[in-house]
Amino acid sequence: MTITLNHYLLVSGLLFAIGFAGVLLRRNIITIFMCLELMLNAANLSLVAFSRFNIGSDGLPNFNAQVLVFFIITVAAAEVAVGLAIIVALFRARQTTHVEDIASLKF
Amino acid sequence: MNPLLFGLFAFLMLAFGVSVVVNRNPIASALGLVVSFLCLAALYVGLDAYLIASVQVVVYAGAVMVLFLFIIMLLDLKAEQRRKFNKLAVGGGAFVALVFAAQVVGVLGRFPKGNQPFPALKLPPGETLNDIQKVGESLFSQHTLPLQIVGVLILVATIGVIVISKRELK
Repeated sequence: MTITLNHYLLVSGLLFAIGFAGVLLRRNIITIFMCLELMLNAANLSLVAFSRFNIGSDGLPNFNAQVLVFFIITVAAAEVAVGLAIIVALFRARQTTHVEDIASLKF
Repeated sequence: MNPLLFGLFAFLMLAFGVSVVVNRNPIASALGLVVSFLCLAALYVGLDAYLIASVQVVVYAGAVMVLFLFIIMLLDLKAEQRRKFNKLAVGGGAFVALVFAAQVVGVLGRFPKGNQPFPALKLPPGETLNDIQKVGESLFSQHTLPLQIVGVLILVATIGVIVISKRELK
């Protein structure tokens, strides 16, 4: 049995579904944030798999996808820094990280 | 990639991903996420993306997760209490995720091109894949403008973090 592109895409989709389930099910805001990272990484895995699958005329992988993954990692790192700062500010104001205790905007 | 290694790392990555979701203790979740990211880096190595694999280990499993652990310990979060959970919300969340996974399986079943094995790299004899050089060339020739925009984005994020953490919230 050889490993095909579909195996990687399936693993990537399952990882995304796990992260998605975590965002919907968990009530701790930091755990929700970690599940968001899981979803970003699932997208990265499928990008790298497509990069390796599409061999160009020079016989090398398509490096544009890897550049895109590089940008995604950079933006994710910036997002984590800002998000965690917001969570710390929220914790100082409310002493909670539980999303059900933060319901001022709830309809 | 060797099918055994692929299966091992994919299984470990998904298993520790599940452990992130089901653990009540946030520190256990964060450590599970580190192992999941390391297995993902191993999958990247199997796809000949050595630069992305090392960036994954250094930036994600290193810097980002240290930041997460630092904040968890700073806020001194304890394991979550068993609350009476909303059955409708939990059932709905699990249902949506399962529907998504089923759709992925269904779409991939109708994607015959993806069932071909990965084509081999065509390298000149005696050379190895120098992906760091290739990604760097692409980054600094074709993608210069996005690179500079990302630089500005990081600067804005840094200033934003300082502003958020300095201001006294009422």
